[in-house]
Amino acid sequence: MYEHLETAQSPENLKRVVIEPVSRVEGHGKVTLLLDDNNHVKQARLHIVEFRGFERFIQGRPYWELPVLVQRLCGICPVSHHLAAAKAIDQLVGIDPENLPPTADKMRRLQHFGQVLQSHALHFFHLASPDLLFGFSSDIAKRNIIAVLGEFTEIGLQGVKLRKFGQEVIRMVSGKRIHGSSSIGGGVNKSLTKEERDYLLADVDQMIAWAEDSVALIAKVHCSNKPYHDEFATIKSSYMGLVGKDGSLELYHGGLRLKNAEGNTLFDHIDYCKYNDYIHEEVRSWSYMKFPYFLSLGQQDGWYRVGPLARINVCDYISTPKAEVARQQLMAITDEKMVHSTLAYHWARLIEILHCAEAIKDLLHDPDIMGTDLVATGVKRYEGVGVIEAPRGTLFHHYQVDDNGIVTKANLIVSTTSNNHAMNESVRQVAATYLDGLEITEPLLNHLEVAIRAYDPCLSCATHALGKMPMEVELVNAQGQVINQVFKSTSQGDIEKTL
Amino acid sequence: MKQMQVKPILILVYGNLSRGDDALAPLLLEQVQNLPETLLEKIECLTDFQLQIEHALDLQNRELVLFADASVANQQPVEFSQLNPAYDNSYTTHAMNPAAVMQVYQDTLKAVPPPCFLLTLQGVEFELGAGLSVIAEQSLSQATEFVTQLLKSPILEVWQEHCSA
Ligand code: NI
Repeated sequence: MYEHLETAQSPENLKRVVIEPVSRVEGHGKVTLLLDDNNHVKQARLHIVEFRGFERFIQGRPYWELPVLVQRLCGICPVSHHLAAAKAIDQLVGIDPENLPPTADKMRRLQHFGQVLQSHALHFFHLASPDLLFGFSSDIAKRNIIAVLGEFTEIGLQGVKLRKFGQEVIRMVSGKRIHGSSSIGGGVNKSLTKEERDYLLADVDQMIAWAEDSVALIAKVHCSNKPYHDEFATIKSSYMGLVGKDGSLELYHGGLRLKNAEGNTLFDHIDYCKYNDYIHEEVRSWSYMKFPYFLSLGQQDGWYRVGPLARINVCDYISTPKAEVARQQLMAITDEKMVHSTLAYHWARLIEILHCAEAIKDLLHDPDIMGTDLVATGVKRYEGVGVIEAPRGTLFHHYQVDDNGIVTKANLIVSTTSNNHAMNESVRQVAATYLDGLEITEPLLNHLEVAIRAYDPCLSCATHALGKMPMEVELVNAQGQVINQVFKSTSQGDIEKTL
Repeated sequence: MKQMQVKPILILVYGNLSRGDDALAPLLLEQVQNLPETLLEKIECLTDFQLQIEHALDLQNRELVLFADASVANQQPVEFSQLNPAYDNSYTTHAMNPAAVMQVYQDTLKAVPPPCFLLTLQGVEFELGAGLSVIAEQSLSQATEFVTQLLKSPILEVWQEHCSA
C-alpha cells in the first residue's frame, strides 16, 4: 500500500503548485495519513525526501576546499556545516581539538554562538512565535510573523535585531556576513580587531536583556495553558547531545551523552570520532530519510531526540549564570527528571539564545579573541570526524582522504535526520489526538505543522532538493485510494485541494 | 546596532553558487562589480543565500534598492518589476520574498521602505554541484546588460519605465 503512495507522490508529478516568480531552494516535507472505514487514523507518517547528493558533491574535492564548499550544502545552516567540516579537517592536518590555538578555538566558538543565536532568533520570532502567541485556531494571517510584528511591536523588532546581531558576530569573525570562510585546517584565518570587538560589545548587553525578556515571555506562554503545552505532540524519548567534561551544556566541542526517558545516563563522554561504533542509520522502505539509533539499544528503543530540548535535558548545568537560572526554571515544570514536552523545544531554544548572548559577551572580554596565534600544524592523517551541536542538534561530518588530499569518502548525519523518528512519533500523536473526520481543514494541517516545526527541521539540509511546497497532507482510505489531498504552496500559504 | 554610512543604492542578490542556476544572481553581482568605477560610486552590493528578516535593516537610508534572484517562473530571460510591501504567508519556510522584507521594514521600523525593484533571471536546473544551464547563461548576459543600463540612470522614474509589467 505504501509503495503506491511513494510512487504517486514523487514531487516531480505534483505540477499544480503555485510557484512564485521568486524560486527558492528548500526541502520537501510530506505527511501521509491512513484511515479505516470509521475514519480512525491507522497510520501517520512524515516523509522528508532525502537526497544524499551531498556526499557525491564532496567526494573528489581536495579537503582544503571543504570549508567553503560545505557552506553551500544548505542556505539555512552554512555556518554549522562550515564548523563541523573545520573540526574534521583539523584532524586531517593532524590537529586534535585540544591542540587548536586558543585564539582559533575561541573565534570558532564566537562564530558558533553567533549562528546559534541568529538561527534560534529567526525560528522563534519569525517561524514559531505566531503559533504560540495566538494559539492554533487563529486565522492564517495571524500566525504570520507580520501579525506578530504588528501586534507585538517590540518583540518583532527585537527578533529582527537579535537575528541581525548574530549575523554581525558571524560577519566579524569571518570577514563576510554569510559566505566568509573563517576556519581552515588547524585554525582560523583571522582574529578580531579592537574595532570589531568594540562594535559587538556595544550591543551585547542589550541582546542579553532582550534574550532574558523572551525567556520570560515563553515561560508565560507555556504556563498560561500548561496542560496543553505540556502534552501537545509530546513523546517520551531518549535525548542525545554533546556535554563538556564537567557535564555542562556544550555547543562546540565535547563528548556525546545519551539519557533515556527516565533521565538515566546510558552513555557518557563518548568520543564522537567513534560514533560509528554506537550509532547506526536504519533504512526503512517507506522513507527516503534514514533513522539513526543506538546500536546496543536496538532499532525499537535506540532512537533519540537531538536539538535544544535534548541539550537542556542531558546537561548538568549551563556555564553562564542567567541561562542557568532559566534552565532550572524549565526543568522545574515537571516532577519527572526529563522535560518531554515537544513545545518546550521553543523554551529551550530561547534559553540557548540567552546562553549564547552571555557567552558572546564573555568571549569579547577575553584577550585571546584578538590573539595572533591562529593556526597549528601537525602530521597529516587520512581520516577526520567533526561533530558540533548545530542549532537543530548534533551534526556529524566524517571524511577520508587519499595521499593527494582528495576526499574519497564523506558521511554526514544532519540534525534533522536524528530527529526523524521523533518527528514521526509527534506527527502520529497529533494525528491521533486531533484528526476526527475525512475533511482536512487548514487548522488540522497547521496542527501537524506546529508539531513538526517545534523541532525546527532543516528540510534544506536533509534533502538538498528544490522543493516547491513545504507541507502536504494526504488521506488514504482502507482500500488504499487517495481520498483527499491538501497542500500548501511555499510562497502563498494557500491551501489547495485535489481529487 | 551602529548605523554605518550607507551608499544610496543597494543591490541585494541571493542564491547559491553551487546549485546550478540558483547561482545566477550572485554571478550577476560579480559581473556588476566589474563595471567601470564611475557607475559603482553610489552602489553597495550585498549577497546572501536567502532573504531573511534582518535584510529589512539593510534597506535603511537607501534611495533605490534592486533585488535579484533566479526564477523558474520567468517567461523571459529577464523580468523586472517594482515591488510593494506585502504580507507573506510562507512562515513554514526559512526564506522570504523581497516584498515581505519590505513589509518587515514597514512594520518594525514604522516607516515607508525605499523604492524596491526585483530583477529575476530565468533558471531551469537547481541541482547541487551543477553548473549553469544554457538558458541561464543567456539570462545572465541579458541581465548584465540590463543592470548596466539601470545603473547609468539610477533614477526612480527611469527604473519604473524599464518595468516589464
Ligand atoms: Ni540546513
